Amino acid sequence: MTSSLRLRAGLVSIVLLAAFLGIWHLATRSTAPVTTMSPEYARLMGLTATQGKSAMPGPLDVGAKLWEHLRRPFYDNGPNDKGLGIQLAYSIARVGTGYLLAVLVAIPLGFLIGMSPLLSKALDPFIQVLKPISPLAWMPLALYTIKDSSISAIFVIFICSIWPMLLNTVFGVASVRKEWINVARTLEVGTLRRAFTVILPAAAPTILTGMRISIGIAWLVIVAAEMLVGGTGIGYFVWNEWNNLSITNVIIAILLIGIVGMLLDQILARFTRMVTFPE
Amino acid sequence: MTDKFISIEGIGKRYSGAGGAATTVFENLWLSMARGEFACVIGHSGCGKTTVLNILAGLDAPSEGAVIVDGQAISGTSLDRAVIFQSHALLPWRTVLGNVAYAVSSKWRSWDRAKVRAHAQEFIDLVGLTGSEHKRPSELSGGMKQRVGIARALSITPKMMLMDEPFSALDALTRGTLQDEVRRICLETGQTAFMITHDVDEAIYLADKIFLMTNGPGAVLAEVVENPLPRDRGRIDLHRHPLYYALRNHIVDFLVTRSKTFTTETPGHDPRNVPVVQIGKPGLTVAAASDEPRQTWMPGSSPGLSA
Ligand SMILES: Nc1ncnc2c1ncn2[C@@H]1O[C@H](COP(=O)(O)OP(=O)(O)OP(=O)(O)O)[C@@H](O)[C@H]1O
Ligand SMILES: [Mg+2]
Repeated sequence: MTSSLRLRAGLVSIVLLAAFLGIWHLATRSTAPVTTMSPEYARLMGLTATQGKSAMPGPLDVGAKLWEHLRRPFYDNGPNDKGLGIQLAYSIARVGTGYLLAVLVAIPLGFLIGMSPLLSKALDPFIQVLKPISPLAWMPLALYTIKDSSISAIFVIFICSIWPMLLNTVFGVASVRKEWINVARTLEVGTLRRAFTVILPAAAPTILTGMRISIGIAWLVIVAAEMLVGGTGIGYFVWNEWNNLSITNVIIAILLIGIVGMLLDQILARFTRMVTFPE
Repeated sequence: MTDKFISIEGIGKRYSGAGGAATTVFENLWLSMARGEFACVIGHSGCGKTTVLNILAGLDAPSEGAVIVDGQAISGTSLDRAVIFQSHALLPWRTVLGNVAYAVSSKWRSWDRAKVRAHAQEFIDLVGLTGSEHKRPSELSGGMKQRVGIARALSITPKMMLMDEPFSALDALTRGTLQDEVRRICLETGQTAFMITHDVDEAIYLADKIFLMTNGPGAVLAEVVENPLPRDRGRIDLHRHPLYYALRNHIVDFLVTRSKTFTTETPGHDPRNVPVVQIGKPGLTVAAASDEPRQTWMPGSSPGLSA
């Protein structure tokens, strides 16, 4: 039953993809030359004008270009011409660094806040104000104080991924079932051991859900941040190719951003499943 | 009777309700138990039984009064007082063995893994869960979960066991089996046990002493009923004992009528000297909470029983 459903869903997916590619292909294919013009002018205008080819690349153009990229993902021809693999690696490294720093701050801090009603009340107004600030709004301040564009991008990732993790950790820690805490108390388990053996496992699913939300936001934000700071990264690549008017490369970058985002989400989803316990 | 292993001395519990008005669950409650005794508490829902048990466990602090265990006032929880929770309270991310081993390693912190496991296994075998060590709580039936809770409580070899309606969520058959096991284990290990129950027959089967509490708020400990049945009683011929029905009727009468009217109809009730009822032994005076002589209630002799 389930396997047949999955099979049918897969089939529908493939049909939809094929239909999309077909329509895309038809909408962008070359038509007959529309106007006659002097050969000089035609050379200047390129295929778009001479053969009625759409400025939008078709799936075959994108496929061919993608193949080219995939064959040489790590070439480096100077600052404005690097392989897609290198660009993605820069972005993933920035997201990874900022995200890990956020984990290191958010989870211990979330534990403290969740276990102490006083801290929870005292810090609440700050969190409420800081949380809705768009991470990119921090960028000028970061650039001014840090004076390094790459580290500023990492800082922006840090600041945007900290809130979902912090809030989920606080919530997860504060809502650990009273009876589990009572078990630890009747066994005279100390605070630190209690935090690791009862509160952490009980709150882990909630914490990991927060981490999963955070990695999604971080990956959304890195593209915008790199467009601003420039230099390297997939976001910069998109902007650079836009300036080069290479829509094909922009489309390829969009595709890769989606795939990497999905992979990051899947990794966190797998971790979440590992710590989830049935009740 | 002079050996007071546990002595609850004048405890009270208040909750500040909305608008500053405090509700008194109970106040000036006195109660004592001897070492190795099995006591059951019976009373209507909401009278404060769980509150008493939590104070005894150290999970909750009384608003006033003190609890003395083994000559020392308690402050907080202790490994000497194991709790069997009504909702079993197993840690769902640990296996059966893991749950029991957690308790064992909490008590003996220096033990190595093998020793902890062996000790935990011993108590898993004791409650008849051999073969299910590696199952998680979600894979167990209600009765099995409760057995793990019992194994966990026993594994730390406590001085006393506190049980809050441990069997109320179980079917009659499982409940009977677990009652037998708890009774056997408590007798074998000489446990002092304090159990809350709503089941009169459970109390008669298990308890040496039955505490009857009136309805809350402002609940009082009305009577201490001594169980006249022999200590080596069996479940099957329990009801054949000549005093069984007198005892049962006395408790049921209390629950049905006297628990509501007791406070108004017994104005001279002294919470420090709670009457001890000895079914079938008329005219005997016994001192329990204090060493002064006091009156003894007989079934039928109390005004509330006329109904
Ligand atoms: N946190 C609290 N705040 C206010 N009132 C409370 C609180 N906890 C318990 N109570 C009150 O204390 C009283 C006694 O509660 P308790 O849980 O001890 O009853 P119980 O005798 O165990 O009842 P049951 O048989 O239903 O388990 C109840 O009337 C309840 O409303
Ligand atoms: Mg209760």
